[in-house]
Amino acid sequence: MTKVTMTVNGRQVSGDVEDRTLLVQFIREKLGLTGTHVGCDTSQCGTCVVHMDGRSIKSCSTLAVQAAGSEILTIEGLARDGELHPVQAAFKAHHGLQCGFCTPGMVMTAVDMINRYGGALDEKTVRENLEGNICRCTGYHNIVKAILAAAAEMSAGRQAAE
Amino acid sequence: MYATNYHRASSVADAVRLKGTGEETKYVSGGMTLIPTMKQRLAAPSDLVDLRHVAEMKGITVSGGTVRIGAATTHAEVASSAEIKAACPALSHLASLIGDPHVRHMGTVGGSVANNDPAADYPSAMLALGAMIVTDRRRIAADDFFTGLFETALNEDEIIVAVEFAAPEKAGYSKFPNPASRYAMTGVFVAKSASGVRVGVTGAGSDGVFRHSGMEQALAGNFSPDALSGVTTDPADMLSDLHGSAEYRANLVNVMARRAVAAAT
Amino acid sequence: MGVEGIGARVARKEDKRFLTGKGRYTDDMVVPGMKYAAFVRSPHAHAKIKRIDASAAEKMPGVIAVLNGQQMLDDGIGNLICGWMIHSKDGSPMKMGAWRPLAHETVRYVGDAVAVVVADSVGEARDAAEQVVVDYEELPAVTDAATALTAGQPQLHPEAAGNLIYDWAIGTSEAETDAAIAAAAHVTEMTILNNRLAPNPMEPRAALGVYDSAEDHYTCYTTSQNPHVARLVMSAFYNVAPENKLRVIAPDVGGGFGSKIFIYPEEIVCLWASKRAGVPVKWTSDRTEAFLTDAHGRDHRSTVKMAFDKDNRITALKVDTIANFGAYMSLFSSSVPTYLYATLLSGQYAIPAIHANVRAVYTNTTPVDAYRGAGRPEATYLLERTIETAARELGVSPAELRRKNFIRSFPYQTPVIMNYDAGNYEASLEASMKQADWAGFPARKAEAEKRGKKRGIGMSCYIEACGIAPSAAVGSLGAGVGLWESAEVRVNAVGTIEVLTGSHSHGQGHETTFAQLVADRFGVPIDSVSVVHGDTDKVQMGMGTYGSRSGAVGMSAIVKALDKVEAKAKKIAAHLMEADESDIVIENGEAKVAGTDKTVPWFQVALSAYTAHNLPGGMEPGLKEGAFYDPTNFTFPAGCYICEVEIDQETGKTDIIQFVAADDFGNIINPMIVEGQVHGGIAQGIGQALLEGVHYDAQSGQLLTASYMDYAMPRADDLPSFQVSHQNTPCPGNPLGIKGCGEAGAIGSPPALINAITDAIGNNDLSMPATPQKVWAAIHAAH
Repeated sequence: MTKVTMTVNGRQVSGDVEDRTLLVQFIREKLGLTGTHVGCDTSQCGTCVVHMDGRSIKSCSTLAVQAAGSEILTIEGLARDGELHPVQAAFKAHHGLQCGFCTPGMVMTAVDMINRYGGALDEKTVRENLEGNICRCTGYHNIVKAILAAAAEMSAGRQAAE
Repeated sequence: MYATNYHRASSVADAVRLKGTGEETKYVSGGMTLIPTMKQRLAAPSDLVDLRHVAEMKGITVSGGTVRIGAATTHAEVASSAEIKAACPALSHLASLIGDPHVRHMGTVGGSVANNDPAADYPSAMLALGAMIVTDRRRIAADDFFTGLFETALNEDEIIVAVEFAAPEKAGYSKFPNPASRYAMTGVFVAKSASGVRVGVTGAGSDGVFRHSGMEQALAGNFSPDALSGVTTDPADMLSDLHGSAEYRANLVNVMARRAVAAAT
Repeated sequence: MGVEGIGARVARKEDKRFLTGKGRYTDDMVVPGMKYAAFVRSPHAHAKIKRIDASAAEKMPGVIAVLNGQQMLDDGIGNLICGWMIHSKDGSPMKMGAWRPLAHETVRYVGDAVAVVVADSVGEARDAAEQVVVDYEELPAVTDAATALTAGQPQLHPEAAGNLIYDWAIGTSEAETDAAIAAAAHVTEMTILNNRLAPNPMEPRAALGVYDSAEDHYTCYTTSQNPHVARLVMSAFYNVAPENKLRVIAPDVGGGFGSKIFIYPEEIVCLWASKRAGVPVKWTSDRTEAFLTDAHGRDHRSTVKMAFDKDNRITALKVDTIANFGAYMSLFSSSVPTYLYATLLSGQYAIPAIHANVRAVYTNTTPVDAYRGAGRPEATYLLERTIETAARELGVSPAELRRKNFIRSFPYQTPVIMNYDAGNYEASLEASMKQADWAGFPARKAEAEKRGKKRGIGMSCYIEACGIAPSAAVGSLGAGVGLWESAEVRVNAVGTIEVLTGSHSHGQGHETTFAQLVADRFGVPIDSVSVVHGDTDKVQMGMGTYGSRSGAVGMSAIVKALDKVEAKAKKIAAHLMEADESDIVIENGEAKVAGTDKTVPWFQVALSAYTAHNLPGGMEPGLKEGAFYDPTNFTFPAGCYICEVEIDQETGKTDIIQFVAADDFGNIINPMIVEGQVHGGIAQGIGQALLEGVHYDAQSGQLLTASYMDYAMPRADDLPSFQVSHQNTPCPGNPLGIKGCGEAGAIGSPPALINAITDAIGNNDLSMPATPQKVWAAIHAAH
């Protein structure tokens, strides 16, 4: 057992884990944050995506001990003060989710994508950047729409703030 | 996953020391291949030495036409590096096609080169660029480094600290991804420099990444897609599986090579 | 239509919890003392189990129990069953071999469960499972159904000689059909393969069994589309526990697509093991286990003859189909290639003679059952590939040949049981051709040619039967259950409303659409309506969600319950306002006396029902009504899909340039949700046509596509955005005029895509999935 300490959704957390414990297991089982999911064994489906030190990663392919000392953001930490993040709001407005299982990973991926591209996203870029996230329900149509809408809204918001 | 013991290295020397601790110790960098393999219980290292925090293995420098990329540099960093884009845009392009955004945020050049997966992208570039694989103890030419499927010239405890290559005059990379895994079913990297043209092919060869001498000769005199029209690739040397027969892969090698040449800048 | 009523694009009530990570799926459930199961699975496709030695495993750290099939047999746990009886042509019943939840003598496919380990953690359970020594005597295996029917092949079950489960026929007599074909001016003949698919809901299956020894009561949390059916089957057939001692909860479920209809060994084992081991037992499938054990879909091999007269009218259709059922008969497997497939072989066309013969076959592969569309995609693919091919052979336009043969007057009785109640096939065809600019295609093709690309266009006119009812009819055809649905509408004392439904939502948005019905009826805010489902302790009895039935059947039951609530509420309101009951109108959240300014707020009506201080004489207190709805017919959604592709000749890669869907779903409650269903269905259909295929090694029976490394799932960059529209002819058979929309996309799209690709490359010999390699080979074969 190793004691790991990291910051999750702005709060410092610690726990004793076997070294083989995956970050996703630590988040789900030790911290009880079950919004991060596991949908495959081969690092392809993206239902486990969280942010580590500001970048999207797959928490199913990272050990908790590897993440020790880092800042983790999960789906539970995205909405602030009860207000949906603009990406969450756009997914709702554009029906970008059905069963909800891939949704946390999709949303975290979309936030990362918008962080990297800002308002410069187009449909092709969005689709390419969803390569690591599989959805079986939506056919991606409304996910793409939601991400484009959120990107436009967030970049308009940034411009207005400048 | 079987039980394992984790160690975080703070320096290259520390990593080599830690490598001696367990019965079967492995280095882990981004872990994008090793961790999934361990999850499937196909690998069972007793100990892991994490290289992700070794500062001396990070960073990109370009000086005097020589490009040096620290082994712990991520694919995302290579893809977005202004220096790499200026010195060898084909390599930026290659890095931007590896895995997916999340994998690119963790996976590293050194990890990819050391693993020598027959469907990985970087080995083709290393071969075509005539790169030097710089380890903690020596420099190994790419031609001598990749020795077979998942096999390299690295000694048991040797660590790749960087890769180095001379910026080419022109280079291009074209990849045909496996429809399922998105690994390269065929990827061809072509590079033209003062010393000639080199062509590295990944994903297709039955012995892993290889140089295509027929194409190199054809392109030496005439660096254009048309120069490749008479060149053949022998299906006997190609991989064959569910996703692509040897004949199909041989075709893809030729098509991707033409496209890589056409795209070369 | 109000802003929240029928027809409104209401954003989903359930979204917030999913978007904030607060969804509660089975694997998220934690109960005190919970332990974890790992299954020991057969590495062989066919073998005798000679001995199981668990002694080493039992000594491993954290291990609580290692249990096997003999113990399960000793405890009286029954065989898994197939719930739809099919009789062969000769009158004999289908030949069902025994399926044990844990195999105890023979394993019949790679992944067959042999033993289970219960341990403190998942890791320890898996460590120990590897230490269970099973001594196998390997037997030869067969994976292809047509091969399995031939002489000298491995035999899977002693009950099924020659691996034949049934040999069934439907429709016009074979002799009459043959005569019509013999007299035809033209006959198009094809061999049609429908590829095997893995359903792949993103949430893997999971089960948590909790035994309460004090009450002798079991609770099962499970990833189910139909928790009540699960309880019924586990009680009545598997002898896990009587129904009153078994609560089944299907909480949030992350997609199903059919695969979560069936009752699998794992949930039975978790329940049984929770008593045997004395601890709650949870099992969560990993993705490889899902590929190995979730019921697969499709896997048909058919030959077809379509006969035409000199005016290009179809005079006869003859189909011979071999359906691969895998190693065991899954819960509804027998109905898929019979009553869900062959009954749809008339398509949208008036065909005077149809004869279909279906043979169902055991092989050493994962069991096959319903997957999105279930039988109807197979029928549509066969028909639409054949009529497209016929158009090419006859030298007429594919649209004209279809138009000429469309059914145009309703009701229409087909030769294969179905009686179509309504439809307007021309409308969808017109709409889709206009949307796709069919007329402009030749110019686009010529332009693509200049860029070195091969461009093609293809269409598909589908029909399906949804609702999956009526009960008496399906009962007469062999179904083991009724296919009605239940609903209960509870108006609380303050006027808020709970709708309890036997339907189950696992992505379909019932919490929103069902609430819209209520908001529409009483003019109350949608937020004052809650939908309750997925728990056998809360909802009395229900049949669950599959076959696009939750709208047509589930919502019809709600309408019936609402009718009763409304009638009683009107009586109360009339009494309160001293008006005649027939003058009461309920809208905008109040009851009014028509033509006056007299009103009573809705909550007042509800409160009066519960205070019961001033009710009409003889009226029972309360405002809560239940209803069961049993439909009078199937519903018949139909439509026309058009796909346009460009092919990279050098690599064989297909790019979808546009995909147009024109659907007739009857009336629509929430167009946003319906469009979402169509998008998802099309993506799965494109997946089948372009990317997906389950492959076994024919010799060893090993599954070659056991992860996303080898099974190609459609990803965002494989697909275009879709153009969808609706042409609604209301269904006359149910109160809302709804037909159903859940499966259409997956049914209509595969032939449109393959018709487009074969049009582009000029070679009609192409099977699904049309991978780059296959298309490249087909291009080369054509030249």
